[in-house]
Amino acid sequence: MASSTKTQDAIGKGAAYGAMALLILIIGIPMFWMLSGSLKSYAEIYTFPPEWIPSNPKWSNYRDAWNAVPFGRFYINTIIITAFGMSAQLICGVLCAYALSFFNVPFRNGWMIVILAALMIPNEITILPNFLFFGNTVRDLFGLDHNWINTYQAMILPGAATAFGTFLMRQGFMGLPRDVLDAAKMDGAGHLRTLWDVVLPMAKPIVVTFAIISAVNKWNDYLWPLIVTNTNEMRPLTVGLTFLFDNEGNNEWGMIMAGTAFVVVPLILVFILAQRFIIEGLTAGATKG
Amino acid sequence: MAEAVAPAAGQSQASALVSTDYGALTWERPKAPFWQKDWFLFILFMFPNLFLLTLFTFKPAVQNLFISFQRVNLLNSKSRWIGLDNYKYIFNHPTFQQVLWNTLYFTAATLVGVLVLGLLVALLLNQKLRFRDGARAVVFAPYLLSGAAIGIVWAYIFDPRFGLLAQILGWVGISSPNWLNDPNWAMPAIIIVYVWKNLGFAATIFLAGLQAIPQDLYEAAKLDGANAWWRFRSVTLPMLSPISFFLLVTTVLGTFQAFDIQRVMTQGGPAYATTTLVYYVYDQGFGNAANYGRSAAAAMTLFAAMLTITIIQFRASRNQVHYDG
Repeated sequence: MASSTKTQDAIGKGAAYGAMALLILIIGIPMFWMLSGSLKSYAEIYTFPPEWIPSNPKWSNYRDAWNAVPFGRFYINTIIITAFGMSAQLICGVLCAYALSFFNVPFRNGWMIVILAALMIPNEITILPNFLFFGNTVRDLFGLDHNWINTYQAMILPGAATAFGTFLMRQGFMGLPRDVLDAAKMDGAGHLRTLWDVVLPMAKPIVVTFAIISAVNKWNDYLWPLIVTNTNEMRPLTVGLTFLFDNEGNNEWGMIMAGTAFVVVPLILVFILAQRFIIEGLTAGATKG
Repeated sequence: MAEAVAPAAGQSQASALVSTDYGALTWERPKAPFWQKDWFLFILFMFPNLFLLTLFTFKPAVQNLFISFQRVNLLNSKSRWIGLDNYKYIFNHPTFQQVLWNTLYFTAATLVGVLVLGLLVALLLNQKLRFRDGARAVVFAPYLLSGAAIGIVWAYIFDPRFGLLAQILGWVGISSPNWLNDPNWAMPAIIIVYVWKNLGFAATIFLAGLQAIPQDLYEAAKLDGANAWWRFRSVTLPMLSPISFFLLVTTVLGTFQAFDIQRVMTQGGPAYATTTLVYYVYDQGFGNAANYGRSAAAAMTLFAAMLTITIIQFRASRNQVHYDG
């Protein structure tokens, strides 16, 4: 009797490990396929059955991809958009969340509802008017002789504010121990001092969480930069990468996979270094918010 | 996850709105100059966020509504008021009816895929297995990556003659469909990629939910003689219901906005087979048609659908039972 349950347990354990291995294969193989493809020559790509590991790796695919489209520019553009976009969202979000947590003003919850209303508005209904804004409107408004299409400000500004971040960080700020804040008040600290020296250090986890969410979103953003850029000089990685790739006809898959690796590998490296942190950060909206 | 899992977002959203008990910190001295007054600092702190949200979110949303009632002449950017004509046009157009059907198909299939597989993966990784944290990280990783890059990798995998999938299907004696160029197979291909990318997020959230279920509930069910399946039905599923509901809503809203994978892999084709509502908004506005009025009308339709789901979520989460806090 006892031994049969033991056998059952062993079978169950074995099945569970088998399922886990299968799961890792299903998720991991496409990534492996990208890396293996990035080292294949044209002839190796177009053979069937395909080779899993190229017999003589063609490292020059990476150089060819780098030269086919200006990946250097794409990197610079993505880094600029990510750095400025994330900083702006952090500044806007932290200040607004602090104001909505600690100021005694009339209609404070009313202001919160206004911010939350922005959460209900999807990007899709703002892209067309925003595109028109950076086209004709800014030109007429400021009397410029050119518009702001294909500029960094057009890529960054529409995503510089944050309703979600305000909401998330306000939740965090409200949970801070009240007596520490009162002590700061007794010491005569003003709001700026309290924000910088007391609230931010204590609320660091939630602020960093939001910074991660923001940075990942900016790095991967696609639709808006696609619409608002029209030269390779200004395109970020996600948009520029697709110019290697042609939906029809025979593709230089080896070179294309090398280009894809340029976009994906930096994020994977960051993820390997800080995976626990990133997973908790990106799921925080669900489990803490 | 270190913290216990809080109730689904909508719920705490509601409680955040009414919690006035946490009073303000007031430092104000009676004779302080205006720049040290609370009201002034409040405005200063609120201004950047509120100004940018007004300029790039609220104002465009209203403007989009107006554009949806207009015909915009691209040559001289003059626009003419045409009432509901844009809505009448798109709703009577066979393409748009197909687009709505595509959106429903994509959303329903993705939802089932992400939630069912996500729960199965979470149940698996909730076992006491070695390397399960590593497995969780691997499963989560695609969620982090750019949809455009992922789409390109999968376009290579789906290649009907030289792709990986063609080889795997060949092992079991099936010949590969011409995935991305066949109107019947293009959407399943997009769905596979989307589920592959988003599975890990759902699994991670489910896993956090599973780990927050008190063990004594299972002990009690065991004492009552419940077998494994019955414990799952009577303890696990009900305890996971707030989190499942949250995932359902976020997944539906996510699929409504899914764009980059379609754009890279199929450009909405072949023959509109993968054009969902958001892709239609893009295509009408910035594709060859360049009809701003119709794009705006389609965007309003998308907004109406998303708003309905959000309101349903808000109402339902208000009526929900608190399980843990």
